Amino acid sequence: MSAKTETLVWLAQRISAMVLAPLVLVHIVTVIYAIRGGLSAAEILSRTQGSLFWGGLYGLFVLAAAIHGSIGARTVIGEMTPWRGRSLDAAAVAFAVGLMAMGFRAVGALT
Amino acid sequence: MSEATMRELEVAVWRGGDSGGFVTYRVPERADQTVLDVVTFIQRRIDPTLAYRYSCRVGMCGSCAMTVNGRPRWTCRTHVATVAKGGRLSLAPLANMPVIRDLVADMTEFFDKWRRAKGRFVPAKESPKGFARVPPADPKRRAADAGIECINCGICYAACDVVRWNPDYLGPAALNRAWTLYNDVRDGDRLGHLLAVAGDAGCHACHSHQNCMEFCPKGLNPTASIAGLKRAVAGAYLKGEL
Ligand code: SF4
Ligand code: SF4
Ligand code: FES
Repeated sequence: MSAKTETLVWLAQRISAMVLAPLVLVHIVTVIYAIRGGLSAAEILSRTQGSLFWGGLYGLFVLAAAIHGSIGARTVIGEMTPWRGRSLDAAAVAFAVGLMAMGFRAVGALT
Repeated sequence: MSEATMRELEVAVWRGGDSGGFVTYRVPERADQTVLDVVTFIQRRIDPTLAYRYSCRVGMCGSCAMTVNGRPRWTCRTHVATVAKGGRLSLAPLANMPVIRDLVADMTEFFDKWRRAKGRFVPAKESPKGFARVPPADPKRRAADAGIECINCGICYAACDVVRWNPDYLGPAALNRAWTLYNDVRDGDRLGHLLAVAGDAGCHACHSHQNCMEFCPKGLNPTASIAGLKRAVAGAYLKGEL
């Protein structure tokens, strides 16, 4: 990859990490709150459906996780296996697209 | 000879090339003995065919680095007393480099990477008018100063996991050098230095886990230099200069 693309990838990794850190905390606190409060699936859905806030929050979560996860996986595979280069880059992009598709589908069902 | 000086060290030394093995020698223990003294004793008194490398013996030339009890060290400034556990030493060539023979590692790739990282000063196009004035307190001067005392020993390179995982990775020493040049206001192609080190073989591959800093015998901090390069490259990218 060119120096320019690689720098962009590095920036994307940094920024997605900064976005993910608070979102993971919000997510965990929400999960604990929902379970402790004994909310049923139907009750949770009634709160999230039509909510721009939850839709936006989890939409952003999906986006950041897909970017961060695919870049990270590409790095780990590149370092730990002989697989490098263009085919690995393409696989990382495909992985990111797949994560986004699944993630957005879930967010769509939630809101 | 007193009792203390009669004690012997048990020294396992790597013999042969990449597929060699350890051979054990017994070397008399002396006060203030360095690891290089031990190697020299073996070569002069026991087996003259032992290959190893050194020059200055005072920590300046960077040629005597080896793996001592599993860790990369400069042998001329490493006292046996501080590293030999129970009178045992194990000596091998530096890691992350091919072995030429015995304790001599092939540093060709290490130095080629300095070139690839554009680790040389680029004179300005126009000849300077008089001396460049660089105030010692200038932040750039200080950043360059912090990394300038490198002796090219290759210890950081041998200690770096990313060098082992990614054979193209330029490594801490070459990147540290690039950082000192980027901060040299007299250099004629400061952006060129950034371009040479951006990318997954360059500064962006570093995991900042600081092995290089831990082992650098000159107390340099290549991790910080590389972090500086990452920031500078990102800045240049955002300004559209890359
Ligand atoms: S901080 Fe970077 S250069 Fe230093 S040892 Fe770790 S990965 Fe290598
Ligand atoms: S940075 Fe330190 S360890 Fe690395 S080559 Fe220079 S002096 Fe040796
Ligand atoms: S012999 Fe020169 S640094 Fe050790």
